[in-house]
Amino acid sequence: MTMPFYSSVDQLLRDRSELARKGISRGRSVVVLTYTGGVLFVAENRSKALHKVSEIYDRIGFAAVGRYNEFDNLRTGGIRMADVRGYSYDRRDVSGQMLAKAYAQALGTAFVEQQKPYEVELCVAEVGTTAEGDQLYRITYDGSITDEPQFVVMGGTTEPISTKLKDTYQPGLELAEALAVAVEGLEAAATPGGNATNGATASRVLGVSALEVAVLDRARPRRTFRRITGPVLRDLLPEENRAVDDPPPSAEPVGGDDTAAGSAATES
Amino acid sequence: MPFSESRPPTGLDAYLAPGPSSFTDFVTANAPHLLPGRVPEGLAPRSGDDLGVPHGTTIVALVFNEGVVIAGDRRATSGNVIAQRDIEKIFITDGYSAVGIAGSAGIAIQMVRLFTVDLEHYEKTEGVPLSLDGKSNKLAGMVAQNLGAAMQGFVVVPLFVGYDTEAEPAKAGRIVTYDATGGRYDEWLGYHSVGSGSVFAKSSLKKIHKTDADLATTVRNAIEALYDAADDDSATGGPDLTRRIYPVVVSITGAEGAVRRSEEEIEAVVRDVVARRTEHPDGG
Repeated sequence: MTMPFYSSVDQLLRDRSELARKGISRGRSVVVLTYTGGVLFVAENRSKALHKVSEIYDRIGFAAVGRYNEFDNLRTGGIRMADVRGYSYDRRDVSGQMLAKAYAQALGTAFVEQQKPYEVELCVAEVGTTAEGDQLYRITYDGSITDEPQFVVMGGTTEPISTKLKDTYQPGLELAEALAVAVEGLEAAATPGGNATNGATASRVLGVSALEVAVLDRARPRRTFRRITGPVLRDLLPEENRAVDDPPPSAEPVGGDDTAAGSAATES
Repeated sequence: MPFSESRPPTGLDAYLAPGPSSFTDFVTANAPHLLPGRVPEGLAPRSGDDLGVPHGTTIVALVFNEGVVIAGDRRATSGNVIAQRDIEKIFITDGYSAVGIAGSAGIAIQMVRLFTVDLEHYEKTEGVPLSLDGKSNKLAGMVAQNLGAAMQGFVVVPLFVGYDTEAEPAKAGRIVTYDATGGRYDEWLGYHSVGSGSVFAKSSLKKIHKTDADLATTVRNAIEALYDAADDDSATGGPDLTRRIYPVVVSITGAEGAVRRSEEEIEAVVRDVVARRTEHPDGG
């Protein structure tokens, strides 16, 4: 049996962190925030089929950035876990906290034990019966879990988006106002994927076809998750975004993975 | 070791393994004790007959011009005893389907619960709902799985109705029936009934129901049919005006999806039907 080369634990974890962080930073961003009626998910995603935001259970939603196959598998696992639990006990016994902890466990274990860490960042959101009950959990590639009271920004260039949201976000926003805040935030980020030929400062206006929007609507009975698309979404967007509806350049992929697996490792 | 098989997986890892998108298949593989209708092996046939478990009775389903209506009485019986007088035997299983149950109530309710989770699970993981035929075939599989329990006397006979969003509106309302072996039959004539009072309900529907009727007429026809079933079958409960217990009625249309008709609406129809029957006890 051959002995593996020695490398310090410190170095190993640093390398893995770097790989995961680079993989995630290529993707387009997702913003999750609370508003008066519940929780709002806004993702920059031109694909109509490969979603970044989805339903887990009655009051629980899921948003993710990073490698599609990885977070889609985590999403499916979460749905299974929630459904088995709700079926063996009761629908009320499925909580966002339980799910967020399970995700943190899975990601944390993979980070230290697997060949390659998950290149994903997740947000588990739960809508409460009142605004005080709303909960947003952010789970990062290494299994770190944080409970964020107002908004979560994940993905590529999160820094300008977070800065923007810190200025514009306030509790008690209506749906259209919250959507405007989120979209303005996403527009503050430079075009991701190294496609910054127009310069990072060129202002972007995101239209209906560039956004994936969903809510956990407190007022709905049972399944609160609802996607907002098409004309309904257009009417909710700020004035200047309504006119924009550019079809994506035909040759480019519109959703899914932005880069190949481990491409961060091969980059000089 | 029987202990280890009777526990659902705990960590997320077991849920992350690649597997079927069917919830039932996942439960079968990982937590079989949660499945309905598991009977111990080696029992004599029909050995469950003297357990006295409640039985659900009459369900009717009617196709109309905008979709389909399903309705059920509220009685569960155990032999000659009324086991429950306000049981609900109609279940909305997803946005465009509903199931009514007759037969062994306990297993039937568990089966519908599993079926409902299965439909939702598929919709969530795949991002699109199952087709109407996909849903009804899934239910057929569940009834077939129950054959062992059926041979012990725990027969479950569901009645499936749905609105096929992919079909033209005139043919979108659908009724599917089953037998104890999991046989699945489309009812294209536009009405059907299952349960102990079904013979009388069907005779009633045959005379009064038309598939081009509107919603209000169809709801009324359903109540009339249940009244006729209760009139001649002792196991079917009639409308209970003193306790204000009325049939459960669910309509499924393209515009509204599956909706349980409000108690006020059904009460008004029931009182009208009873008032007319007071003058003409046999209807007509």
